[in-house]
Amino acid sequence: MTSTPTVVPDPGLVDARRPGPAARVRRRLSGTAASLAALVIAVLWTLPTAGLFISSFRPADQIRTTGWWTFFASPEVTLDNYRDVLFGTASDGRLATHFVNSFVITLPATVFVLGVAALAAYALAWIDFRGRDWLFLGIFALQIVPLQMSLVPLLRFFSQGVSVGGLQVLPAWELSGAMAFTNVWVAHTIFGLPLGVFLLHNFISQLPRTLFEAARVDGAGHGRIFVRIVLPLIAPALVSLGIFQFLWVWNDLLVALIFTGGDTATAPLTVRLAELAGTRGEAWHRLTAGAFVSMIVPLAVFFLLQRYFVRGLLAGSVKG
Amino acid sequence: MEFSFLNELPKIVWMLIGIVAFLGVIGLLLVVIDVPRTRRDRWQAFLFLAPALILLVGGLVYPALRTTYLSFHDRSGDEFVGLANYLWMFQRPEILLVLRNTLLWVLFAPVLSTAIGLVYAVLVDRSRFEPVAKSLVFMPMAISFVGASIIWRFVFAYRPADQEQYGLFNQIVVWFGGEPRLWLLEQPLNTFLLIMVLIWVQAGFAMVVLSAAIKAIPAEINEAARIDGAGPIQLFWRITLPSVWPTVLVVLITITVQTLKVFDIVRTMTGGNYGTSVIANEMYSQAFSQGQIGQGSALAVFLFVLVVPLVVLQIRRTRKARELS
Repeated sequence: MTSTPTVVPDPGLVDARRPGPAARVRRRLSGTAASLAALVIAVLWTLPTAGLFISSFRPADQIRTTGWWTFFASPEVTLDNYRDVLFGTASDGRLATHFVNSFVITLPATVFVLGVAALAAYALAWIDFRGRDWLFLGIFALQIVPLQMSLVPLLRFFSQGVSVGGLQVLPAWELSGAMAFTNVWVAHTIFGLPLGVFLLHNFISQLPRTLFEAARVDGAGHGRIFVRIVLPLIAPALVSLGIFQFLWVWNDLLVALIFTGGDTATAPLTVRLAELAGTRGEAWHRLTAGAFVSMIVPLAVFFLLQRYFVRGLLAGSVKG
Repeated sequence: MEFSFLNELPKIVWMLIGIVAFLGVIGLLLVVIDVPRTRRDRWQAFLFLAPALILLVGGLVYPALRTTYLSFHDRSGDEFVGLANYLWMFQRPEILLVLRNTLLWVLFAPVLSTAIGLVYAVLVDRSRFEPVAKSLVFMPMAISFVGASIIWRFVFAYRPADQEQYGLFNQIVVWFGGEPRLWLLEQPLNTFLLIMVLIWVQAGFAMVVLSAAIKAIPAEINEAARIDGAGPIQLFWRITLPSVWPTVLVVLITITVQTLKVFDIVRTMTGGNYGTSVIANEMYSQAFSQGQIGQGSALAVFLFVLVVPLVVLQIRRTRKARELS
């Protein structure tokens, strides 16, 4: 899919050929109406976020008593909300801990998917073996399976291990403390793989065949070719997939809710925020600031890497 | 206990250990792959694919089969109960409400997000503000559903009529002489308010994908139509819409699949209370809050059954759209 901007025709040129001032007036009017409609949508899409953003900097007693639109009449800015929600008591949220948790969950879950998916995609694209096409189709089809289908058994696997007919084949993963994050990493990696393999396969299979033939003639094995030739060439695709997986894991609620077991020690921002919204639904000074703490990283990724994000979006829809 | 960075250190260390260990395993795998002088392709392919296969078979294929099995069993998973869990789903009024809500979501969210995204993409196309205008509407895509839900709960926040409103929606109602209300408790209006949150997030996705499709329409076609005297409205119906129609369908189906699985918004906005629950939320409540493994599994399987035809359609459409472009 190409998104190269097409040449914009000079509007003056087109207008010159158009007869009659009436048509021109009509066009200008419809142009104004169009701009107005676009403006209405843009405002509707921005205002709720702006309101929350402004509120997060207002003193708590003002948030509780007046609307954020009165801010412009009597502007008063404070960082107290952020300080409280980040570093305050546990019941205030103490989101700094959960901010670290979000990172500790997201970074490995992203790296794991990139590594495993790239390996699989290479084999599916460039190594000849029987049943290759069927295998690719199978992995592709797994994108269909909603992750809800695997939650119960996967959780059971982590908590009870695998036993066949009463015989314990694999022990339970009784991981405690910081090691408990491993469950979430593995779960996210599994759920990210089908889309990851698919996206990278699309990219890797389009590399020129001569590249590989030359390397094989020089005596390089598949492992060497993968590291030296393929990985550098697919870097842009890795970035696109990486952004997707990063945002998806960072923003996820369901998987974290289940595989951190609602434990505050390992809960990421989303889980803690949903909890705060449930139990302290009216504590808006915490919720406004807390929401922005959780958004700052995805928004930064989004604005800095928008180009890659859009490219990934156009290449292979969205996962879920 | 104060927050201190020292308390966080073990997690970060474990994260680094995890990443290094992973890279080490991959590196070792790549070394092993190149060791045998015979270099049998089959053997090498297996090593390349082994990590993915272990994870997918162990984490998706087997669990999905197991969930299907559990859906025919009682809550302990031992006693076979036939179709009882499925009959339960279609007989209990509260679950029928869940199914009705899911239907409402699917009927409204995909069509409205796509329509708004398309109209907006057309409106800002080639305008001076296009990049900024697109970023504004696209931005909610980066925000989590939890964050989006908090943003909108604040919009619908309620104060009694004798106090000043701080929720924008109720304030507007008051400005127009109405009574402030707890909108998220009003059935069935609240379901539509939740649907609006999803539309707010997904319209940006539709807009970006459709905008790329609009830009792929050859300029000569637009120009020819304009010279023939077509107005902007005609241009939209006769040229733009037919040209991007395959992409519109792909976007519609993609958002429909997302909509069927919606969980976070319902969880954060209402917790699934006040008659707003949907299949994915009910599945979570049944299986994980109430320990009704059989019933939860039946809901998951039902979700799967709903998604399958859409994804099959999606694959066909994507292929067609690719061939056309």
